[in-house]
Amino acid sequence: MADAALEKNPMSGRFDSEQIPVDKHGMIPVIADGHDLESVTEKVTAIVLTEPQKTPKGWIAGFFVAFCLLNVLMVALGYLVFKGVGIWGINIPVGWGFDIVNFVWWIGIGHAGTLISAILLLFKQQWRTSINRFAEAMTLFAVASAGIFPLFHTGRPWYAYFMFPQVNSLGMWMPQFRSPLLWDVFAVSTYGSVSLIFWYVGLIPDLAALRDRTKNQLLRVIYGMLSMGWRGSARHWNRYESIYMILAGLSTPLVLSVHTIVSFDFAVGIIPGWHSTVFPPYFVAGAIYSGFAMVLTLMIPMRWFYGLKDLITMRHIDNMAKILLVTGSMVFYAYLTEIFYAWYSASEFEWYMMKNRMTGPYWYMYAMLIMCNGITPQFLWFKKIRQNVPLLFCISIVVNIGMWLERYVIIVVSLHRDFLPSSWGMYTGTIWDWSLFIGTIGQFLALIFLFLRVLPSISIAEVRLLLPQGQVKEAHHHEA
Amino acid sequence: MNDQNQKLTYATLRTKLDGHKGRTFWKSIDEVVDSDDFLAAVEQEYPSQSALLGDPINRRKFMKIMGASFALAGLTACGVAAPEDKIVPYVKAPENMVPGKTLQFATGLTLGGVSKGVLVTSYMGRPIKIEGNPDHPASLGATDAFTQAALLGLYDPDRSQAVRYFGEIRPWDVFSTNFRTALAEQKKKQGAGIRILTENVTSPTIGWQFQQIQKDFPQAKWHQYEPANRDHFYEGMKVAFGSYTDAVYQFDKADVVLALEADFLTTGAGAVRYTRDFMSKRKIREGKKEMNRLYVAESMPSSTGAVSDHRLPLKSSDIETVARAVAAQLGVNVGSAPVLEATLSKWVEAAVKDLKAHKGACLVVAGDHQPPVVHALVQAINQNLENVGKTVTYIEPVETSPVNQLESLKQLVTDINSGAVELLLIVGGNPVYNAPVDFKFEEAMKKVKMCIHLSLYHDETSHLAHWHIPQTHELENWSDARAYEGTVNIIQPLIAPLYKETKSLHEILAMFTEAFNQSPYSLVRDYWRTQKTTGDFESFWRKALHDGVVPETARPAKTVALQMDKVTAEAAKPAAASGGKKELHLQACHGVYDGRFANNGWLQELPKPLTKLTWDNAALMSWETAQGFGVANEDLVELTFKGRKMRVPVWIVPGHAKDSVTVHLGYGRTKAGHVAEGAGFNAYALRSSTEMWGGADLSVSKVGERYELACTQEHFDMNGGRMDEQHDREIIRVGTLEEYKKKPDFAQEDVDKPGHDPLTLFGNDHPYTGRAWGLAIDTSLCTGCNACVVACVAENNSPVVGKDQVRRGREMQWIRIDQYFSGDIAAPQIHHQPVMCQHCEAAPCEVVCPVAATTHSTEGINEMTYNRCIGTKYCSNNCPYKVRRFNFLAYQDFDTPVIQLGRNPNVTVRSRGVMEKCTFCVQRVNAARIEAEKENRPIADGEIKTACQQVCPAEAIVFGDLNDKTSRVAKLKAEPTGYGLLGELNTRPRVNYLATIRNPNSELGGGGGGHHGGGHE
Repeated sequence: MADAALEKNPMSGRFDSEQIPVDKHGMIPVIADGHDLESVTEKVTAIVLTEPQKTPKGWIAGFFVAFCLLNVLMVALGYLVFKGVGIWGINIPVGWGFDIVNFVWWIGIGHAGTLISAILLLFKQQWRTSINRFAEAMTLFAVASAGIFPLFHTGRPWYAYFMFPQVNSLGMWMPQFRSPLLWDVFAVSTYGSVSLIFWYVGLIPDLAALRDRTKNQLLRVIYGMLSMGWRGSARHWNRYESIYMILAGLSTPLVLSVHTIVSFDFAVGIIPGWHSTVFPPYFVAGAIYSGFAMVLTLMIPMRWFYGLKDLITMRHIDNMAKILLVTGSMVFYAYLTEIFYAWYSASEFEWYMMKNRMTGPYWYMYAMLIMCNGITPQFLWFKKIRQNVPLLFCISIVVNIGMWLERYVIIVVSLHRDFLPSSWGMYTGTIWDWSLFIGTIGQFLALIFLFLRVLPSISIAEVRLLLPQGQVKEAHHHEA
Repeated sequence: MNDQNQKLTYATLRTKLDGHKGRTFWKSIDEVVDSDDFLAAVEQEYPSQSALLGDPINRRKFMKIMGASFALAGLTACGVAAPEDKIVPYVKAPENMVPGKTLQFATGLTLGGVSKGVLVTSYMGRPIKIEGNPDHPASLGATDAFTQAALLGLYDPDRSQAVRYFGEIRPWDVFSTNFRTALAEQKKKQGAGIRILTENVTSPTIGWQFQQIQKDFPQAKWHQYEPANRDHFYEGMKVAFGSYTDAVYQFDKADVVLALEADFLTTGAGAVRYTRDFMSKRKIREGKKEMNRLYVAESMPSSTGAVSDHRLPLKSSDIETVARAVAAQLGVNVGSAPVLEATLSKWVEAAVKDLKAHKGACLVVAGDHQPPVVHALVQAINQNLENVGKTVTYIEPVETSPVNQLESLKQLVTDINSGAVELLLIVGGNPVYNAPVDFKFEEAMKKVKMCIHLSLYHDETSHLAHWHIPQTHELENWSDARAYEGTVNIIQPLIAPLYKETKSLHEILAMFTEAFNQSPYSLVRDYWRTQKTTGDFESFWRKALHDGVVPETARPAKTVALQMDKVTAEAAKPAAASGGKKELHLQACHGVYDGRFANNGWLQELPKPLTKLTWDNAALMSWETAQGFGVANEDLVELTFKGRKMRVPVWIVPGHAKDSVTVHLGYGRTKAGHVAEGAGFNAYALRSSTEMWGGADLSVSKVGERYELACTQEHFDMNGGRMDEQHDREIIRVGTLEEYKKKPDFAQEDVDKPGHDPLTLFGNDHPYTGRAWGLAIDTSLCTGCNACVVACVAENNSPVVGKDQVRRGREMQWIRIDQYFSGDIAAPQIHHQPVMCQHCEAAPCEVVCPVAATTHSTEGINEMTYNRCIGTKYCSNNCPYKVRRFNFLAYQDFDTPVIQLGRNPNVTVRSRGVMEKCTFCVQRVNAARIEAEKENRPIADGEIKTACQQVCPAEAIVFGDLNDKTSRVAKLKAEPTGYGLLGELNTRPRVNYLATIRNPNSELGGGGGGHHGGGHE
């Protein structure tokens, strides 16, 4: 859909460097010229405050598709609880399949948001401001999708609360703390809650802007309650900025820790292909890689649809493509070290695992993985490709697929042939595996659509700070 | 029904009521009770109470009294019979009956009529587990898979529960009236129209009953037919000795054994005992350095072939040539000695030389299906080798009335077709399904005026019989039977018949006599009273029941004279030419046998030895043969044999003789029950009376469809000429006796050596100051017979999951027999390794469970806490042995009441979403601990036997306390051949394997050893 649409758009297509405005440092500006405080606010809030009957048809169509997929999720989960995890393709030896593949995939995607908002904030990367709100929202929705899997992959999800500390009759209030799965519970729930608070705190000034601009009485009440009495006074700003920096500081280690801990699910195991100390950095790099890919996948159509190219400029796109290149190369490097260590370990199990990945029954998965994650990002060395929006969109999709394949290769292909050849087996996802996966995509997209419709998808307050007007120290911060 | 004009009898009244249930039932009672017929009927049945009917008040009382039995009459087909009598709690409990405690009773279970003594564990009157009877010669405490699975046979909800007439349910009384009327007619002609067809019978009581029948019906005839019969063996014996003679082998005295397609370790009535005897000579322990040597020539790899030192893949029809050659080389006159091709000749010469060197301490045996001439030759060979009286003893056949069963059935069919048969009673068996196709039994049966079939299931034969009578299970009735060497045991019921209409063979036979309503108990007892004329019968009887063995009933050795001239004459006849032609080989299945266990889920789901297939049979062939046909695994093919056809999928078995296709009998049942539905293909369609076990002239054509088979252990590496199923991993370790002598610890790596200090970050282990349970498994002894698998399922309430789930890799058996091939794909070595939870001291599963559902006990057992398990499956993923089993769906049957009767009350029935695995039979450990603590003593070594250990005929599995240095398991752990599976992972498994040691003949090259053996020097 997006590809075809992009063709018609004058902003898309091939860019010559002359056509792209540059600032005095030779950089593409993070905001196109011609914006002032009012125009930024107007542009962003207009999307949200469009009257219901004027909702763009494209939004309605997109949301309808996402909502249908969300219903697939409901059916898939309903049948799962009714029947049991046996409706999936998992078996002995492959005890984890799509469930954990999807979990890790979604959690990885959920990494971009916090990285963009927290780490880049601390590094004072101005270009983050136009995309951080959206990326954070995407993070939350990805974590929400990811969270479904650890809960429902259990044989008895109604007892999944056993994983939390609780007073019970089993005589153990604390779960078994040596298990990485338990670390996951804490890591993911911490990450989810901190991300939510960070996102919400960042939203407060913008919610106030919405409150002030809406003509609808009900919306004014709702946005008014959500903005927690924000008046934009200097004291408010002072407190706001301190808490925002503190939360950024808190979130930063979480970006690294969550996927490190997710990687422990495998690294702590003894299965060849899992038991590897390279996993934590490799997983974090992979997570950032997939997160940025997903941001690109979503943002490219969004900026086109809502005409936000002057706020999300080629500078943003180019920077994200560069991050893709860096993290993609790190991931590729990790693939190569895995091969090296399998050979260097002199362990027949490790070496067989690697041979089996490349030439066993799932060789095509590994081949596709290398194509998607190893080779494809290397094209981003070329500026022309980085600035070719439709091509970049395709590359981001390919990277998303590649990162899903990576988890499939790590989880399924390692498990299907481990130590004793007598217990080797095969795994294929069933229709229920697929429907649950597609269902979570539906949930994710539905949430994204709702987010675009009811909340400002670009941080108005922060973007305004980037404007020349925002730079003037004496300038009086006033809210429209 | 022909009762239209009859007076209403009590029986016909019940018939009238039958089929009415609920409210209409009472209405119909009112309709009938007022009739004159009813009054007459009541007067006939209850003369003393008919007077009550005159008085209106008393009449009501009468109705009250009779209400219950009438009500039951309307409910004849409603499952487990409720007791008709008053139910009161035990005022005075039966002796030894303590709620929560189990009791064991000695009885016997038969297969093919021949008995194995068993001890059945009963819990509050319900049999829940079958063990071998240590006092019984055929068992010595062990059992086989069939015997273990008999328990499920008892509780099978598909068992027939009602008498049926043309498929319609009828009360027993209607049948008995009809039957007695028919008998009365027959009596006039001395029973000339009566034929009784049974399966193989060894029961002395049945023999006695037949004698009594002969008195009243001298013209009546008794036929026996068993599809997996021993006709060829007996005919061969007749050639050799002039009379039907049975042979009993003493494998514990044989140093060299040559088996000519004889799977003596897992097939036949003596297999359990023979395994014990044979394996007693293969235990290389405590410095012992001698073992027996086994040569096997066979087409389809068998368990016996798998443990052999030299296995020669050979078409079934070529076995005869080998027998001739062996005989000729020993100097037996066989006419002209056959000319063998070079490799075969070398093999035979080496074997013969070996046999010659062990005269009097060797043995040659042949498979029952081999033609009579082979059996005759084998007797001459054994005589020549001076084995008679040493390793082989001749006895009278254990059958009550040994006959050529094929001839017997043929005679019956001929008689039927000539119109001579008016009353045919088929007792057990299922000839419509399993008689040779050329007999056209189905058509013949339709010509009989009255055909009655007594059987456990309303099966193919029952559907065509006029009357079907449900049979009692062996665990429900009284009987007796002989073991493979003649010892009788009394079969006593463990439970009253679950379905009240069921009848035993004894009861049906008793109906021929005037004392037609005798109970089987009194019949069996009465017979033994005639046998035990001296001494106190009561104490004899009680002792026989208690011990499970009737003393001094083993057949004495029979003195026979070899008729050498007849053997020579037989051997000189030219063998059927088979050269170059493809050959069909039929075999009874190690799961469903001849089809009788088709509805037994435990046996259907059992991975069959050497194929690891479940739920189906297949056209089994070698890799080379399959290449020749251009077929691969799961290709559906059409087998055409002498104009008969069947469709069956292909399965490649490494080591199968080339140009030969083996198909197992017993599948493709059409009316066996829910479990058997759709399982496999009926190979009886290819079986005729002249080719009972197959023969030359098979053609195989590809259908072009695929049929999915459920195999529990896929073999991935089949495309090279050689196989290494282990992928150079030291999983199963094999060496030769020579290697062992040179280097006893050839199988050990550094981690396996005593005192090895593994690298660990964590230092202090749990000290295990008390007991430390462990298991030792000697892979030299394992035949892969599967008895342990079924025993484990029975002991631990494991569910049956069905073919679809097995295909998905979700079978639930806690112990599995891993099977590896190595060497040349055409004649590979076959290795068996039972694998269950290894109870690692550093268990990878335990650290990863987030909810501590799997933990270590203070005695070193890795335990599952089911109610804490949430089913993350992480433990299974992290288990390097993949021994954990997960309830992916609700596999257990929580609804069928009769299934619940058979469960072990000491083992949790696991629900959906829960992980499970071997517990080292912790319930048995705890039971022993309680007993020991009550008596304030330590648990003795050998007091606890795990279910797998108890059942193992080879004694390959030993459980015990590793901390007790005098225990058997500790001693085995100290053996230099011991190693831990995947010990290099530092899991420190509590299961210790003893390497397989084979004893190849140096003249034939390394043969039995492996390239895995001695690889560490």
